[in-house]
Amino acid sequence: MASGWQLFLESFWPIVWGGLSGTIPLALASFVIGLVIALAVALARLSKNRVLSAIGRFYVSVIRGTPLLVQLFVIFYGLPAVGVVIDPWPSAIAAFSLNVGGYAAEIIRAAILSVPKGQWEAGYTIGMSNATTLRRIILPQAARVSVPPLSNTFISLVKDTSLASLILVTELFRVSQEIAAFTQDFMLLYLEAALIYWLFCLALSSGQNALERRLDRYVAQ
Amino acid sequence: MSPSDDSSQQGPDAAGEPPAPSDPLAPSDPLAPKAAPDDSPLLTARGIRKSFGDNEVLRSIDLDVRRGEVVVLIGPSGSGKTTVLRSLNGLETPDGGTISFAGGPELDFAKPLPKGARFALRDRSAMVFQQHNLFPHMTVLQNVIEGPQRVQRVPKAQAIAEASALLDRVGLAEKRDAYPFELSGGQQQRVGIVRALALKPDLLLFDEPTSALDPELVGEVLSVIKELADEGWTMVVVTHELGFARQAADEVLFMDGGVVVERGAPGDIFTKPTEERTRRFLDRILRPMD
Repeated sequence: MASGWQLFLESFWPIVWGGLSGTIPLALASFVIGLVIALAVALARLSKNRVLSAIGRFYVSVIRGTPLLVQLFVIFYGLPAVGVVIDPWPSAIAAFSLNVGGYAAEIIRAAILSVPKGQWEAGYTIGMSNATTLRRIILPQAARVSVPPLSNTFISLVKDTSLASLILVTELFRVSQEIAAFTQDFMLLYLEAALIYWLFCLALSSGQNALERRLDRYVAQ
Repeated sequence: MSPSDDSSQQGPDAAGEPPAPSDPLAPSDPLAPKAAPDDSPLLTARGIRKSFGDNEVLRSIDLDVRRGEVVVLIGPSGSGKTTVLRSLNGLETPDGGTISFAGGPELDFAKPLPKGARFALRDRSAMVFQQHNLFPHMTVLQNVIEGPQRVQRVPKAQAIAEASALLDRVGLAEKRDAYPFELSGGQQQRVGIVRALALKPDLLLFDEPTSALDPELVGEVLSVIKELADEGWTMVVVTHELGFARQAADEVLFMDGGVVVERGAPGDIFTKPTEERTRRFLDRILRPMD
């Protein structure tokens, strides 16, 4: 068992580093881009324009109705067949962003709808346009409402990035796979990977709590 | 909040009124000047109609407001008072009728509205809501300067100076950095009034400004509104506070079932109403236990 403990310790930092240099940047970049997509899709869905709202609905339906792994493979292994070759990292970011965009769009839409109608009217009565009211009055309040579900989405995303190991992105899980392939100690290394994912997610959860407390003072009624 | 709340009761007298230039139920000529003769008209609304689905909330409302005048709308809930007020601020779009402010274009709601029509209305009037609708993520000061600074492009320093002076006047100078949830209901509503005043509108609109308040907080808000009236602000007030109407109003309109049943000086309406419906309403309000 001594060698097992030693293997655990020796592989710990390489796997953590895989997380810090692969998993976290991948998740962060995808989440930020995904939020931009999500806001656009949410506004499209809320739009009075039927075409826009149908496009938004279609997008959410496709993203939620197909497996993330399939989306990832279509982009990385499928697109080259039609002449579009994308490197592993950009492929992964594209797939995860589009995926987050679909799920977060529903969260943002619900958060916008949760802001009382009187807030829109108060914006209008001081002379604001729809767009200004949305930006200055509604979105800041919707942001607070959406922190818990969006944090959930982000934590799911951190774990889902392990799928990127299948398209050759070096991240947390890929590092542990490589070590496991070399040492043949699958149980130990995959449990170790699980433990490190869990530690990352614990840190993110506490970040979520802090953010909620910070934003709370703005909405207490 | 819902403008169509419970107004399913219909006036027995809606027949044959649509194109009438003035309300056929009004006992006296609504255009007869009641304020000082040198007062010029500020707002003219004619034949305002509005339905929500099958529910006809307003059936040809005429309203004239002269500069410096205080018009109070009273009537049972669902009578359409709030919808009139919201129409004046462009928060509801009437199905027909016209609204014009002195020096501005006449908006004809029977026709497609020109772009920016609602902004034209909001340029001239500002609304104080029943539920104050303060922005919870902004401090008191930010709430007040948001309109002047972001919409009217007043320089920030000037907006802050003017907002501080207004807050001082309603006794909330020391609350300028508080968030709305830290204030009492009466304080919140006073900030709501200041937010409207900061826009320097020609016309202030009050939508049941004290209905959501605890009884002991009503006075502080009404006295602010009364002071503004005494200073010469032009205002249309929807309220159930008949004492306030009696003291502050130049003209009282009693509405029921989407029509103006009776209008006149508060002294006349409250002491010798000519319409049976007005009498019944006043009885119910003044002697609810009988």
